[in-house]
Amino acid sequence: MKVRLVDIAHARSGDKGDTANVGVIALRPEWYPVLVRELTVERVAAHFRGMITGSVVRYDLPNLHALNFLLHGALDGGGTLSLKTDAQGKVYSTALLRMILDLDAAEVKARGLPAAGD
Amino acid sequence: MKPVVRVASGQGFWGDWLAAPQRQVDGGPIDYLMLDYLAEVTMSILQKQKERDPKMGYARDFVGAVDSVLEGIVRRGVRVVANAGGVNPHGCADAILALAEQRGVRGKLSLGVVTGDDLLPRLDELMAAGHPLASMDTGEPLATVRDRVLSANAYLGSGPIVEALGKGANVVITGRSTDTALTMAPLRFEFGWGDRDWDRLAAGIVAGHIIECGAQCSGGNCLHEWRTIPDLANVGYPIVEANPDGTFAIVKHPGTGGRISVPSVTEQLVYEMGDPHAYITPDVVADFTTIQLEQAGENRVRVFGIKGGPPTDKLKVSIAYRAGFKAVGTLVYSWPDAMDKARLADRVLRERFKMLGLTFEAILTEFVGVNSTHGPLAGDGAGADEVQLRIGVRSPDRTMVERFTRELAPLVLNGPPSVTGFAGGRPKVEDIVAYWPALVDKTVVSPVVEIRS
Repeated sequence: MKVRLVDIAHARSGDKGDTANVGVIALRPEWYPVLVRELTVERVAAHFRGMITGSVVRYDLPNLHALNFLLHGALDGGGTLSLKTDAQGKVYSTALLRMILDLDAAEVKARGLPAAGD
Repeated sequence: MKPVVRVASGQGFWGDWLAAPQRQVDGGPIDYLMLDYLAEVTMSILQKQKERDPKMGYARDFVGAVDSVLEGIVRRGVRVVANAGGVNPHGCADAILALAEQRGVRGKLSLGVVTGDDLLPRLDELMAAGHPLASMDTGEPLATVRDRVLSANAYLGSGPIVEALGKGANVVITGRSTDTALTMAPLRFEFGWGDRDWDRLAAGIVAGHIIECGAQCSGGNCLHEWRTIPDLANVGYPIVEANPDGTFAIVKHPGTGGRISVPSVTEQLVYEMGDPHAYITPDVVADFTTIQLEQAGENRVRVFGIKGGPPTDKLKVSIAYRAGFKAVGTLVYSWPDAMDKARLADRVLRERFKMLGLTFEAILTEFVGVNSTHGPLAGDGAGADEVQLRIGVRSPDRTMVERFTRELAPLVLNGPPSVTGFAGGRPKVEDIVAYWPALVDKTVVSPVVEIRS
C-alpha cells in the first residue's frame, strides 16, 4: 500500500558548505519506527540520484522522532560558489518528502497511517 | 540570583526584520536582547567595506536596532548582546557612542567590546609556526589560496561576553562569536555556571541554537501545519525563559502571531544539523540526542534533559577568499510549449558559447517553475503555462563571465518565440567570495575585552 512521506513527516533542511542536511520528523511518535525502517541511507541516496555527487549519512534522534540526513555534494560547491537557485539547500527538505513508501496494508491499518489517495 | 532569565532573539541574520528588536523589548519583560548578524561569508563583505572606509566593517543595521531599543536599555535595564562588530567592533562601538551622544544618553551606555577573533594580520605568522589552517571540507592547506584570502576570524565562545557583562557592559559588541554564545553567555553570567558545568553549558547552547534564527522556531518557515499558523504578519520572535538548573522554555510575547510548538521547535533544532551527538562549540560539546521537548502551554515549549561534554582544543576559523566570478541570467517563456521553448533557448545559448570560444568552470541550467528546486524528482514541465530559463556560469576569468552576460538579451529577438521577462537588463558579474572553514589551536587565540562609555 502506498504512503506518501509528506503525509507522515515534516522536514527542514539547511547547508554546511557543499553539504545539505535534511531533518525529517515523524508527524506522530508512533510513525517514527516507519521512518527508521524505510528511510535507509541506500533508499535516500537512490531518491537523490542525479542531484548529489557525494555520500549520504544518517543520524537518528529518537528523542525528537527525527532522522538527520547529510547529503554531501548537494549544492554545486555550496554557499557563494553555487549557481543553484537553492544554493543553501533550503528545499531539499520537501524534495525528500516526495518519496512514496510501499507498506504492508496490515501495518498501514495498525499504525493508522494515511494511505496515498485517501 | 534571578530565578528566571529571559533572553530574546531580535535578529536571525543581517537582513532580518528591522521591526523585531523593538517589538521584543517593548512587547513584554525581557532581560537580554540577542542579535545575530553574521552568516558564514558576512565577514568578507564587511572586510571589503572596511578596506574602502576604515570606519566601516560592522553591521550598520545594528545602530538602528540600538536606537529603536534605547529606552529599554537605559530605563528598564535590558542588556544587548550582538555580534554586530564584524571585522571592526571598535568602529561599531564608535557609532553606538555617537548615537548615544546624539540621543543624550552618552553616560548611560557601557559598551563591552570583544576583539581578538581577527586572524587576518597574523595568518603568515600562524602558517609559519606550523598551523596549516587546512580546509575542513577538502583537507587542502590554506597556502593553496593564501594570496586570495580576504578575511580570517576565529569563532570565539562565551568567555569574553561573560567577562564584558561582569564588567557592567549593557551593550556587548563582538566580532566573530559563535551565534549560540550570544544566548549562552548571558545565562552563564546570570546563573554563575562554571566553565566545566557541561550539561548546563550545553543547555545554553541548545537554547541559543533554537533562537539564533529568529522567528524560524516560532512559526516562520515552518512546514508543520503551515496553513494554520496564525498572524505571521505579526509574528512573535522567540524568547528563552531560562532557569538556573539549565532547563528552559521557548516562548513569545502575548498578542503576537506565529506559533511555538514541539514541531516548530523541532524543525529549528534539526536546521543545519551535523552529527547530533556532537554539536561542537568553543565552550562545550552538546548532545542533541538528549534534548527533551514538551508542550507546556499555548506557545510554550519546555526544553530539558540536555547533556554536554568537554570541548576540543581547537577553535573553528572562518576564512573567506576570492574564488573567481559568476553571473546568472533569466528569461521567461510562455505557453504554448513553454518548456520546449526554454530548452531550445538553452541549447542555442550553449552552442553560441562554443562558437564564441567561451569556456566555463561550470554552467548550470535550471527551469524555474519546473525543476529548479527538486531537479529530476519534479515533473518534465510538459504542459507548464510558463517557464523561467535560469542559466548561470562560473569562471576564474572575468572576461568570460562578462561576455556571457551579453548573450542572453539577443535571444529575445533571435531565439525561440514567446519570450519575455528581460526587463532587469544584463545579468551582473559577481565576485565570488568563498568560504574556507578551518581549525586552529585554541592557545593561539587571545580574546580581548574592553569597556567603553
